[in-house]
Amino acid sequence: MKKTGAQIICESLIAEGVDVMFGFPGGVLLPFYDTLPQYPQLRHVLVRHEQGAAHAADGYARATGKVGVCMATSGPGATNLVTGIANAFMDSVPIIALTGQVATPFIGKDAFQEIDITGITLPITKHSYQVTSTADLAAVFKEAFYIARTGRPGPVLIDLPRDVQLEQAEYVIPPGEVKLAGYKIPTRGHPTQLKNAAKLINESRRPLIIAGRGVIISGASAELLKFAESAQIPVITTLLGIGCFPEDHVLSLGMAGMHGSGYANKAIDSTDLLVAVGMRFDDRVTGKISAFAPHAKIIHIDLDPAEIGKNVRVDVPIVGDVKPVLEAMLKIVDTREHVDWLQQIDEWRKQYPMEDFREGAQLLPQYIIHQLYEATRGDAIVVTGVGQHQMWTAQHYIFHEPGSFISSGGLGTMGFGLPAAMGAKVGRPDRTVWLVDGDGSFQMTIQELATLVQDNIAVKMAILNNGYLGMVRQWQELFYGKRYVATPLSCPDFIKVADAYCIAGARVTRREDVAGAIQQAMDHDGPFLIDFMVEPEENVFPIVPPGAANADFIEHPKKEVTAWPRRSTP
Amino acid sequence: MATTKHTLVAIVRDRPGVLNRMVSLFRRRGFNIDSIAVGHSEEPYLSRVTIVVNGTTATVEQVRKQLDKLIDVVRVSDISGDKITVRELAMVKVKASSANRSEIIEIADIFRANIVDVASDSLTIEITGDEDKIDSMLKLLRGFGIREIARTGRIAMVRGVLPAEGKTS
Repeated sequence: MKKTGAQIICESLIAEGVDVMFGFPGGVLLPFYDTLPQYPQLRHVLVRHEQGAAHAADGYARATGKVGVCMATSGPGATNLVTGIANAFMDSVPIIALTGQVATPFIGKDAFQEIDITGITLPITKHSYQVTSTADLAAVFKEAFYIARTGRPGPVLIDLPRDVQLEQAEYVIPPGEVKLAGYKIPTRGHPTQLKNAAKLINESRRPLIIAGRGVIISGASAELLKFAESAQIPVITTLLGIGCFPEDHVLSLGMAGMHGSGYANKAIDSTDLLVAVGMRFDDRVTGKISAFAPHAKIIHIDLDPAEIGKNVRVDVPIVGDVKPVLEAMLKIVDTREHVDWLQQIDEWRKQYPMEDFREGAQLLPQYIIHQLYEATRGDAIVVTGVGQHQMWTAQHYIFHEPGSFISSGGLGTMGFGLPAAMGAKVGRPDRTVWLVDGDGSFQMTIQELATLVQDNIAVKMAILNNGYLGMVRQWQELFYGKRYVATPLSCPDFIKVADAYCIAGARVTRREDVAGAIQQAMDHDGPFLIDFMVEPEENVFPIVPPGAANADFIEHPKKEVTAWPRRSTP
Repeated sequence: MATTKHTLVAIVRDRPGVLNRMVSLFRRRGFNIDSIAVGHSEEPYLSRVTIVVNGTTATVEQVRKQLDKLIDVVRVSDISGDKITVRELAMVKVKASSANRSEIIEIADIFRANIVDVASDSLTIEITGDEDKIDSMLKLLRGFGIREIARTGRIAMVRGVLPAEGKTS
């Protein structure tokens, strides 16, 4: 049966299991938008800025494990998606970005709102298409979704000229699996390398696992847990690996790297065998690369062969999907105790505890995160922006489930939080979704408050308001002689802002009001904003100074007074 | 680590922008391309790209892996370590007069090059071979005055029966 291009786009989205998309219309997308009401099963969430659409699709994808879809019109609409596409690319998140384009006869003529968006996004997409014939649409959509979600996931962009949406073509769902010559998805890992890895693990006296987002993408948390328990290997995660291993487990050492726990970084410094699982040795994890894991052999398990040997030397490379690789390893790795090693780590836990702050009158951000954990029992999906609040959340909330921590890692995109939380809540309406944001980060995409209201998306928001671009200020304090250039930040009255959007809110200035406000937010039906006026010059500790070795982390200067062991030791 | 010249052979889909994707990747990872040659392969809808780059073995291997991730790249090999036949084609327009024309033709003959155009004040010579052979002839011709040079860049093939051997993943 003949259908218009716009109808084929909708049919293709439905065939791929899409039920919601985040978008913003415009001239060349009108044929598509005009067709949308024919497909009531496709929900369209109207964002206030296209960057919000891309981040919402990203948050949706991370919260559900499905492909997120965003769309924007040609020209400025398309360029506004760029930051969100780059963010998804850096963090391997499967999203489809649909962009309108001027009609094919106008392409290359510098037409109104024409931009070469496939060219602009070339280095930040896994793949991209400009469809020039309506007859190609169905096949392109099927291929695009396949590429976005398989192998190492990533963003795929489809550019849709206006006339391609209008013209008619025979609509047939392309039969069978997508086959792409040369598109390889490694699965099990090479048997010889698995054996080599098992031998190293069995011989190791101080083994350590460092797990990343690859574990979450692969759905391999259960396998990782079994593997770690069976061989009694402690587990560190990267920022994006948070949630892939229960942080309340005795073998969990929390996060590694620049703001990782002291004991995690001590463990990296001392391990004789690092088993890296689904992570890519980002510089925020490794610190000074020549001093990273200086005594360790390294086993690197990753789906992407290009990640192996990119940043660190690897002794045993295993190219494969984390889940089947861990399943195979479990069969050939001996059960072990590692009593001395675990005892050593427990001593480090006592020596370098993660600070928490229960005493004193100040409203400290760490305390708020702890209260948020207490109130939600760790069962919320927590989304963050980028900055100090992000690190405090990573450090002080205790995550025990994959997909429960959603944050911008690779690109470090301020403004990611609110739209990503929106996408997460749309994807998981059954879950409590908390946004923890900074006053700087929040203001970058604050316009999406209107989207929360229009689509009744009940995100709970906690702003850690310190009146600074806190992370930059912290670096200025520690490394630039306390010269606070361009970091003091005037903010609007966030409660009044929320009120203007008809969003309920509360301001908290005293620590004794924290728990009550969090409860009020959770009890409230709909979105709720809490403006926490926190200690302005509180810093994130520990910190590995930029360019320094992980072992040279700086601890919180007030640690002795206020520290308590965060996790109960066995 | 020492940098050496590497010859990469990629079989790519004939799709719009495929060359752009490849070249953009070289730029982004900070690689200089010595030469790049593109043409049809033995299979329909597939092109063969021969790229010569300078770099350490480790960095060229990283770029090869990154190229291999491009959806439109079907396979890519670094054939530098293999026994390969390499060829390049060059055309050179040399100043010539009746006094020295035969001398130039003699040089061309030594290199088994062809005279493809004769004008009153110039000769155009076509030569194929590896880069060294072409460079040697150009060196000898420089004394006569070279007006124009056009070179195709290297194409290469592994000896023996299998297409595009060497390291693929």
